[in-house]
Amino acid sequence: MIFLIQKTLIFTIPLLIVALAGMFAERSGIINIALDGIMIFGAFAGALAAYFLRKSTFFVDHNQLTFLIAMVVASIAGALFSLLLSFSAIKLKADQTIGGTALNMLAPAIALFFIKIFFTKDALEMEPAIGGSGKSVDFGYAMLNDDLGPVGSIFFDKAYISTFISIALFVVLSVFIYKTKTGLRLRSCGEHPQAAASVGIDVNRMRYLGTTISGALAGFGGYVYIATVANGTASGAVAGMGFLALAIMIFGNWKPLGIALGALLFGFLKCLGVIYSQFDFLNNLNLPMYFYNLIPYVAVLVVLAFTSKSSRAPKAEGIPYDKGAR
Amino acid sequence: MSRSGNSGFTDKLQTLWKKQGTRSVIASLICIVGGLLVGFLVLLALSIFDKNIPVSDAIFGFFTVLGGPFSAGNGKDVLFQMGNMLFSATPLIMTGLSVALAFKTGLFNIGAPGQYLMGAMGSLIVALSIPTDVVPAWIVWILAFLAGTALGVLWGAIPGFFKAKFNVNEVIVCIMTNWIAANVVSWVFKATSESFVNYAETKVNFIKKTATNGVKTITLGLDKLFGGSYMDIGIFLAIIAAVVLYIIMNKTTFGYELKACGYNKHASKYAGMNEKKYIVLSMAIAGGLAAAGAALWCLNGAQDFKWDTYQTLPADGFNGIPAALLASNNPIGVIFSGIFLKFLNVGGSNLAAQTSFNEYVSSLIIAVIIYFAGFAKFIKDLLSRKKKEKAAVSTPDVIVNYEKVRREVEDDDAPDKKSVESDAKSAPDDNAPTDNDAKSAPDDDAPTDDAKDAEGGDEK
Repeated sequence: MIFLIQKTLIFTIPLLIVALAGMFAERSGIINIALDGIMIFGAFAGALAAYFLRKSTFFVDHNQLTFLIAMVVASIAGALFSLLLSFSAIKLKADQTIGGTALNMLAPAIALFFIKIFFTKDALEMEPAIGGSGKSVDFGYAMLNDDLGPVGSIFFDKAYISTFISIALFVVLSVFIYKTKTGLRLRSCGEHPQAAASVGIDVNRMRYLGTTISGALAGFGGYVYIATVANGTASGAVAGMGFLALAIMIFGNWKPLGIALGALLFGFLKCLGVIYSQFDFLNNLNLPMYFYNLIPYVAVLVVLAFTSKSSRAPKAEGIPYDKGAR
Repeated sequence: MSRSGNSGFTDKLQTLWKKQGTRSVIASLICIVGGLLVGFLVLLALSIFDKNIPVSDAIFGFFTVLGGPFSAGNGKDVLFQMGNMLFSATPLIMTGLSVALAFKTGLFNIGAPGQYLMGAMGSLIVALSIPTDVVPAWIVWILAFLAGTALGVLWGAIPGFFKAKFNVNEVIVCIMTNWIAANVVSWVFKATSESFVNYAETKVNFIKKTATNGVKTITLGLDKLFGGSYMDIGIFLAIIAAVVLYIIMNKTTFGYELKACGYNKHASKYAGMNEKKYIVLSMAIAGGLAAAGAALWCLNGAQDFKWDTYQTLPADGFNGIPAALLASNNPIGVIFSGIFLKFLNVGGSNLAAQTSFNEYVSSLIIAVIIYFAGFAKFIKDLLSRKKKEKAAVSTPDVIVNYEKVRREVEDDDAPDKKSVESDAKSAPDDNAPTDNDAKSAPDDDAPTDDAKDAEGGDEK
């Protein structure tokens, strides 16, 4: 049971952060279908940073610091990459879905191109660290302690530092978008940019802000995904997690609490596909892995069908801001 | 202007220039040049920063990509690669058509990979399970093709249904159905692996070739003509499909109604069309097209289909999007853009074979091209604006005469009025969906926008 909760948490965190990323962009009025691509790019940049840092012994000894720096690099890379989207969507008023699709194609192309050129292989692996007992352990672990009691184990044993940072970020950013002046302005640009402009809000700036935060979060989430879920391998794909996060955002009705709920639910379903074989009663059902893999996607469809009536997307999302329109 | 008639050629040029279609083509060409340029810069930058790669490699490499199959070396290899390029362009053209059709009706079919997989599954199962000693092979071929297409129709209808019934964004549903399809296909072939998986050869990741059951597409000797490549008549079937689609979309009531629903859902509902039906139909046809592409690929007879595909989606499905965008959603244009994309891919693999770069540079170039394609509308606007400026500078005789006469009649602020008139004249033209519509493609991507533009234009 503890194991299940631990695993669920690991799958939930990237989904949570990336769905929040989607929310920031869409609340400011930009459809960010490029979440998947930005995740890939962030993961690539983070893995690259970790790889180069760990060439020096200092960073090999200080795993946490390396992990932190790699996270920051991934966020910055994600933010920069998302500028491509915001530039085309805001400045050139290009179709946001096409721009996002282009980014989704661009990210794996860039990642694979450079990985293959510099490492002559198709994936970039971050080597595990050597733990206290000489065994190799996942290099991102902040803590490795088996006797903490049930509650302690869930949150601290084999925990990643990114888990705590992500939860903190989630809370801070939720407060930011609902309780601060800038947050309110950002949301107004996603609902009725002309009205926002009429009271002196710079719509384009707000949209740049929203998309850039979104990019940073998605890049961060991408790195967290490969470091915690995908065994530290950046391979030009994140198994459609970005799209799943997009669906969670819609499921969560573009609100933080709903997103948290959705991320937990889908994190659980997603992790079921990976660890079902460790439960006897599931094993006895004799269903193939594919069945468990299907569940989250089917669940998204079912949930969307039932919640579509109450679904309320930001009104102005996807529409280029035109000063003259009323 | 064309009425003056004295300088025929420039007139023709000008009318050609005025056409939306021409501008779309030029915009696409600008995107392509931009993408190629970025690709070149990346190669150049790498060769400068990386001491192991000589600069000559970058320049040589760039022309290798540009050369496509022609950079293969000797004549025989060129023919061979050309044949394979045309063969592999077949499914891409079909998925491109699928995406283009959906775009025309205001839907974004990013579900082509899933529809492609379902089509592959349907056609492979039928082609391999009906014994050809009982039923003639060509009948099995047709049945397999139809089965694949039918599965694709069903799979494409799902996002359409969700959109029409629940008003769920089709992009999300498409992506979910993609992954569902990937798992379903793997599951089905896993469960039936004994009859379909190719155990004869050492690799067990692939389904048997349909040729083992005697089912393969007619080649008409094309495979031998192209140096023993996979070439068959599939490419011609794809071209026929494109032409038929073009005729349906532009010359029939059905096509008109499909497009009308894409332009403005509410207006078409008001005009008495069942817009929900057209959403489902459009996605279903799109699904059928993508699946037919997969069927054409599988039924070639000599292809290995990787069945354990639950973690990857077929690239040809996604690349339908660039194919459609580059062609401005014109079915005829998709033929060329599909072949062009494969041309780049072949160039990319030649690059990997001949230099220290790798084949991903071609996907990099394609991605950049698509990024630029997002600006197509912006570029087109720029082009038409330039045209207007030019017209203002070198005013043809007729207009000058007209101006003179008018100035004599009414003295003040004539020039302004003229420009307003010409604007008003061009505005409804640009937006009317009936009018020879191959052209106005990227506009179609955002039908609501378009409607708005039209409104704005009229009110100005």
